[in-house]
Amino acid sequence: MAKLFAWGRFIAGALALAFMLAVATPVFAQQINPTASAVKEQQLLQELSKIQGRGSIPDVKSYVLEHPAGRDWRHWHEVTLRWLGAVAILGTILLLVIFYLVRGSVRIERGRSGVKIVRFTAFERFIHWMTAGCFVVQAISGLNITFGRTLLLPLIGPEPFTAWSEAAKYAHNFLSFPFTLGVILIFFMWIGGNIPNAVDVAWAKRGGGVIGHDHPPSYRFNAGQKAIFWIQVLGGTAMVISGYLLIFPFYGTDVGNMQLAEIVHAVIAMLYIAAMLGHIYIGSLGMEGSFEGMGGGAVDLNWAKQHHSLWVEEEMSRSEGQARPMATPAE
Amino acid sequence: MARMKFLCDADRCIECNACVTACKNENEVPWGINRRRVVTLNDGKPGERSVSMACMHCTDAPCAAVCPVNCFYTTADAVVLHSKDLCIGCGYCFYACPFGAPQYPKVGNFGSRGKMDKCTYCAGGPEPDGSAEEFEKYGSNRLAEGKLPLCAEMCSTKSLLAGDGDIIAQIYKERVAKRGYGSGAWGWQTAYRESIAT
Repeated sequence: MAKLFAWGRFIAGALALAFMLAVATPVFAQQINPTASAVKEQQLLQELSKIQGRGSIPDVKSYVLEHPAGRDWRHWHEVTLRWLGAVAILGTILLLVIFYLVRGSVRIERGRSGVKIVRFTAFERFIHWMTAGCFVVQAISGLNITFGRTLLLPLIGPEPFTAWSEAAKYAHNFLSFPFTLGVILIFFMWIGGNIPNAVDVAWAKRGGGVIGHDHPPSYRFNAGQKAIFWIQVLGGTAMVISGYLLIFPFYGTDVGNMQLAEIVHAVIAMLYIAAMLGHIYIGSLGMEGSFEGMGGGAVDLNWAKQHHSLWVEEEMSRSEGQARPMATPAE
Repeated sequence: MARMKFLCDADRCIECNACVTACKNENEVPWGINRRRVVTLNDGKPGERSVSMACMHCTDAPCAAVCPVNCFYTTADAVVLHSKDLCIGCGYCFYACPFGAPQYPKVGNFGSRGKMDKCTYCAGGPEPDGSAEEFEKYGSNRLAEGKLPLCAEMCSTKSLLAGDGDIIAQIYKERVAKRGYGSGAWGWQTAYRESIAT
């Protein structure tokens, strides 16, 4: 009896299933396309600009399946950056050459007095040249990454160019440490004399004595030098931060952040190099007697009076009774 | 010559990772480096798909464009290869690559990246075909032996296809026509600026 009942239930069940299938099949056939609900490449790219999923290996970066933004970065790196760098650097050099030809070197108008006044201590000069040395090596090795392939590689061939570029890369990375130290020390060493004030406005209005032949008064650092100080401190800090993000890749950054870090690093580098070309010009060829301050540490008194009259007065009043800042020439 | 491409049929990939393993074994890829990987999208949700991805050997490859030492070259089969003798490990190719293909062995301290390593389409490098130096640096050169990349050759569901772009596109089109659906050739628009009309 139980057996018969079981059979009856089976037949009833089979009939019910057959009926359901007969009714449901046309609908089911329409729904069989599994891609209807599946993720779609173009849709994902439009939504997020990158496609990210889950992977099974420890490398989290590899979970990004597709990131077409690399194409924009490529265009930036290959076209935009090269134009920006070439215009900024060659443009600055061209302006400096024209300026030198028109204005010439800024002379010490009353000639050398033969008396020297201490401008930078040995420590200040050491920090300056340490930072400057790092800067020059890093600028050249950095420019090599942007322009070397186009300018240098065809001249020296692939293998020597790789040997040079690899050494330049290591120098660029390792010199970042003394450079960082230099940026920090320069900030604390010279911040006292580099707060902009009313004297700077007057100085700038009178062309700073560089444009024209005026000699507006100035304390230890004039507005132009203050500008270089702030370019060094702020530009240097931006270079250091973006640079360490690049040296330590993917420590808390993803590929988009790395691209951004490279863009920041490269843009500021080009402008920074251009600004420093101006600094190098005025500290050497562009002005008689200015190199001595950072070279030997002492400048001619007449140079100081011409360019930093208020600073000389300060030093004079401070040193009354003691001859510290006055020094006879070493030679 | 053929224009070699990869095509991953996401509707067939079962995320078995055999392609990853095959690649690592065939090319004796260094520890910590994956030339090929499988990424699962919408994991655990309706519409989940897995895609096996490696270097797509792009037309007008971005890595080659941004390389500061010009270490990339494209073979007659349109396979994008590079010279580890010229690479300086700067990492730029990874920033430019849309598929995250370039990998760097971690050597030495902090960020010093070693020579870049990526999928060679089982086609070795600039050294003589089949030489010990070539194997040491780039792994197997199956293409020179007339074989296709091992990842695709041993794919359990034949989801991953390798070969001449026109032929694998044709295979994919026939599949899609027969089964009635297909989510498209992942990465083709980005890599080759073309997709397969199905």
